[in-house]
Amino acid sequence: MAKAIDTPALERHGLSDEQLRAMLRNMIVQRTVDNRGFQLNRQGKIPFATGSEGHEGIHAGAAQAFHRGKDVLAPYYRDIGLCLGIGMPPLDALLSMFARAADISGGRQFPNHYTNKKLGMLSVSSIIAAQCTHAVGVAYAFKLRKEHDRAVLCTFGDGATSEGEWHESVNFAAIHKLPVVFLCENNEWAISTPREHQMAIKDIIAKAEGYGLPGVKVDGSDPIAVYAVVNAALERARAGEGPTLVEAKCYRFLSHTTDDDDRTYRTREEIERHRYLDPVPRFEKLLLEQGIVSADDIAALKKEVLAEVNAVTDEAEALPYPEPAELYANVYEGTHEPWL
Amino acid sequence: MAVASTETTTLNNVEAVRQTLYEALKSDPRTLVLGEDVGARGNVFLITKGFIEEFGAERVIDTPLAEASIVGIAIGMAMEGLRPIAEIQFADFIYPAFNQIVGEAAKTRYRSNGDYTCPLVIRTPYGGGIRGALSHSVSIEALFYHVPGLKIVAPSFPADIKGLLNAAIEDPDPVLFLEHKKTYRSVKGEVPTGHYTIPIGKADVKKAGTQLTVVSYGLYVHQALDAAQQLEAEGHSVEVIDLRSIRPMDRTTILESVRKTRKLLIIHEDNKFGGIGAEISAMVVEDAFFDLDAPIRRLCGPDVPAMGYALTLEEEFMIPTSRMAEAMRDLVAF
Repeated sequence: MAKAIDTPALERHGLSDEQLRAMLRNMIVQRTVDNRGFQLNRQGKIPFATGSEGHEGIHAGAAQAFHRGKDVLAPYYRDIGLCLGIGMPPLDALLSMFARAADISGGRQFPNHYTNKKLGMLSVSSIIAAQCTHAVGVAYAFKLRKEHDRAVLCTFGDGATSEGEWHESVNFAAIHKLPVVFLCENNEWAISTPREHQMAIKDIIAKAEGYGLPGVKVDGSDPIAVYAVVNAALERARAGEGPTLVEAKCYRFLSHTTDDDDRTYRTREEIERHRYLDPVPRFEKLLLEQGIVSADDIAALKKEVLAEVNAVTDEAEALPYPEPAELYANVYEGTHEPWL
Repeated sequence: MAVASTETTTLNNVEAVRQTLYEALKSDPRTLVLGEDVGARGNVFLITKGFIEEFGAERVIDTPLAEASIVGIAIGMAMEGLRPIAEIQFADFIYPAFNQIVGEAAKTRYRSNGDYTCPLVIRTPYGGGIRGALSHSVSIEALFYHVPGLKIVAPSFPADIKGLLNAAIEDPDPVLFLEHKKTYRSVKGEVPTGHYTIPIGKADVKKAGTQLTVVSYGLYVHQALDAAQQLEAEGHSVEVIDLRSIRPMDRTTILESVRKTRKLLIIHEDNKFGGIGAEISAMVVEDAFFDLDAPIRRLCGPDVPAMGYALTLEEEFMIPTSRMAEAMRDLVAF
């Protein structure tokens, strides 16, 4: 029997109505763009897409805590909503899906593997947890240069916490009290491997204790709760008090990617059992109940977002692929003479 | 090559590395060194001795024993505008950092299409002949030279070390800087005072000759020069090229020399199969086949996992100067 959606009592943590509505919009844009990726793949228009359904609460909450123009985000490939939330235009997501020349990576990277130095987003690798070491290096630079108003938000999934580089990163950050927040988006699945085959503990924050940093667990389908925890952790980091490990629990509702078939390793019943955690209807219900939005507002918002995503889909699709000669650019600075 | 001064001082290789690092830390606040035991201990070869007192623990970082993150953290620093100089204590310990070097550093500029760059130096002592056994003697260059996006240098004269290390620190891309341990204190030379760089990717003709081209790098350049002197005494003229840079490789200098001498001997300590010599050999055959008067010969380390600790096993692995001279004689006579 599926649990009913249960909305917590509204604790705003200082968020205004406007911010709450912006978070709802972020979540709806994320879901719409996500769905578009899967649709385009099924239409044969793009070779591959990665979904993030179930992560919207984490992304919308964490993005609100991120200081644009100051903080740096070291994201992973499931962070589409977080990247949109810190200012990446939806067009960039579509350019990435279509691998167009106008994509910041010039059509080189997989979908969702964004880069955007202007927005403070490090370049995303497919190698799990590789970015955690980079996040720590950036945080070290902030500390060395005494840039006390800056922190790094480093995100990853539950599977990443098995990687040696993850452990090395957390350890180093704790030793040097670096301004970095490690945000684990624990969706219980690493492709087909469930958490219990990934670790013998239930909560990832248990790993924090061994490295001497605080670990905080939060309901990842509640964007306000995520905002509160990530905001406090980022403030703590900026204040020079060191890193925090945040574990935001959520559930991955889609297959890992369009190339994955989750029917081979989990039941439909399991997914339905977790539907009550779906952050989008849950947050809609909360804001409706609190009178922050009306049903008409939500319908209008969805319509507006769909129109925008349709427009950027058409725009990206109409743009050209990179020229073949682009293959040879940016190997090194200047002209690279390939060894042909 | 911009040489600031005609004055020189005599330094050994370890002093050349040390002095260059010192001057970089002194002149550029973006630079820092990080690695195992580089702080209070001053590095296991005393290369960074006294640095922590002068530049502070924030710029001379004793890292945990974790090579992947030494490189990974340095990548993050480099992407954020610092000029990190990471150290892997012995080249044999670099394997845990392979992902960060090959998968991340070498691809940072490429995968972001130039949005981010990775101006990073990874220094590491390599090579044998010092009773280093299986895990303190290896050559690693062939594992990395396959990788576009990386630069690899392996100078073995103090003046080259200074010029190339300065170039590496100033380079906008990741550079793997290899230092042959046996040359650390056994090789001395004159080093120009003041700041200068030597371009990465330029080989150097250490001895001009007309009958045979020898291409080598690292410790064996010194032995090859000794062997070439013996041949000289026997009336034969051998040209010795020190590659200095492994990637990018100086095709022009190699091809010009081979077209002149018409014979090529490649000598390196790393094993032959898939080694640097294989690429040089293929390149010369592709581009200068009809200029050759003899088959190319490669004199390389044996195809075994490593040199043993026992003196006999180490000596069997290493190539004595006499064998280099013999190979030169054979080729000259061909």
